[in-house]
Amino acid sequence: MIEVSELTKRYPGRTAVNGISFTVARGEVVGFLGPNGAGKSTTLRMLSSYLPGTSGTARVAGFDVFHQPDEVRRRIGYMPENNPIHLDMRVREFLKFRARLKGLGWRRSRSRVDTVLQQCGLTDVQRRIIGQLSKGYRQRVGLADALVHEPDLIILDEPTIGLDPHQIRSVRALIKGLARHHTVLLSTHILSEVEMTCSRVLILNRGEIIAADTTANLEKRLSLDGGVVAEIAASAEAIREAFRDLPDLVRLDQEPLDGDFQRVTLTPRAGADLRPAVFELVRDRNWSLRELTRRHHSLEDIFVHLTRTKKEAE
Amino acid sequence: MRVILTLIRRELGGAFQSLTGYVVIAASLLLTGMAVMDLIGWLNDRPTDAPITELFYQSTYFWVILLVVSPVITMRTFAAERSSGTYEALMTTPVGDWEVVLAKFAGAFLFYVLTWLPLLGVLAVLRRVTGETLILDPRVTAVAFLGVFLVGAVYMSLGLFASSLTRSQIVAAMIALLLGIAMWMLSFRPPSADGIGGALGRALDHVSLVRQMEDFARGVVDSRHVVFCLSVTGLFLFLTQKVVEGRRWK
Repeated sequence: MIEVSELTKRYPGRTAVNGISFTVARGEVVGFLGPNGAGKSTTLRMLSSYLPGTSGTARVAGFDVFHQPDEVRRRIGYMPENNPIHLDMRVREFLKFRARLKGLGWRRSRSRVDTVLQQCGLTDVQRRIIGQLSKGYRQRVGLADALVHEPDLIILDEPTIGLDPHQIRSVRALIKGLARHHTVLLSTHILSEVEMTCSRVLILNRGEIIAADTTANLEKRLSLDGGVVAEIAASAEAIREAFRDLPDLVRLDQEPLDGDFQRVTLTPRAGADLRPAVFELVRDRNWSLRELTRRHHSLEDIFVHLTRTKKEAE
Repeated sequence: MRVILTLIRRELGGAFQSLTGYVVIAASLLLTGMAVMDLIGWLNDRPTDAPITELFYQSTYFWVILLVVSPVITMRTFAAERSSGTYEALMTTPVGDWEVVLAKFAGAFLFYVLTWLPLLGVLAVLRRVTGETLILDPRVTAVAFLGVFLVGAVYMSLGLFASSLTRSQIVAAMIALLLGIAMWMLSFRPPSADGIGGALGRALDHVSLVRQMEDFARGVVDSRHVVFCLSVTGLFLFLTQKVVEGRRWK
């Protein structure tokens, strides 16, 4: 659906996007993740053929975004950053206007507007003036606009920015619903958002893609140590004694907690899962155990890790 | 074409969904009314054979109204969309640059036409009161309005160009005012041009919008004036389209 190769955007004195390449297959929901100023919006603008790239190519549905902009624009539903919509128009009127601009006929725009109004839960407010609606509703109007011409690809730039938690939830649910019939590319700097809605992540930092994988794979890649944390009631020496002979154990850290409990952190050799072994040891000695977990890396850790290693490498 | 019509509707709708449209029309109506009143007062002292339409369009009143109102009409066109961000939404739909430029021009032009229509009403009242049939002579009035529209087209295209240059409506209005006044001042031949005589003087006569308007107001259609107005309009529309297109190369 999207093929980007060596896409670069330079502004005088600054490189916003530096030779990025990636592909998105039909039906995928891909999250574009990065801190503010990483080049997310610039990339999305180039993909929606609003901005030309300085070099490199980008194709959407096989059409070049720079040389065949009309073909590309017909096939994408793009919601720009901050969701700019005409606040003085009524919801239905606005969507109809946008549908007509996107080349839908009178009859078809009418039926499509009805469909997206329903899809985005806007039927009740269709006669209201957009400027008088809450931000959550406005965001849905923006989404409805992106959907109205049944595009193959939907590009959303920070779709949940500035919403309250309830609104964020409802917008996310909407996006998840889209995934069934559309390819979706969304940008965000909120990590949990990608975790919740996307099947794949592209992490962008300073105009470069520093990681591109499924969220699960990224986690696997970075939590290779698979550290296990256990809270066990026993003396420090006894624990050290018991775990010394554990195969695959590389490192053992202990930390006294309240009461008799000790917090034990075990670092295994790559790939090994120490949990069953730990449990058996504890059971055999009749110690009491109140926690046994494998350290789980959130995207947040991955992100911090990736951006930090990048800095260190420099 | 369908897209252009949709966009024109939006342009005009935008003017009337906010207060701007009404304020501009009310203001220009007030100015026109005051100008006509003043003109009548002036006529009381100096009787003349010339019809009032002619006097009005030849007066500075007409130009002041035109110069002040035009930038206000056109300043919104591009600048407002650029600053609110809807420009990005517009330009990522499959709509061509020319379609956008022409639709915005047509929207501004139709609005301009609307601001001058009340004058017809003023003249009709005057004709009724005075019983002077010369006041709304259909032929002269039609030609005078042709002139108003042609000169208006020039000023709308120039304002459109100014608006495409910036995202600030104020700056757009100022640039339009500057260009507009400069265009108008070409009509006043500096004494030095007389000295040079011949070529320069004649050239300045041809680009004098004031002189052209005088002809139109008398009911004279000079094809040179028509061609001049249309080509200047075309030039500014072309420049606007280049500015819109130029964004793609930034």
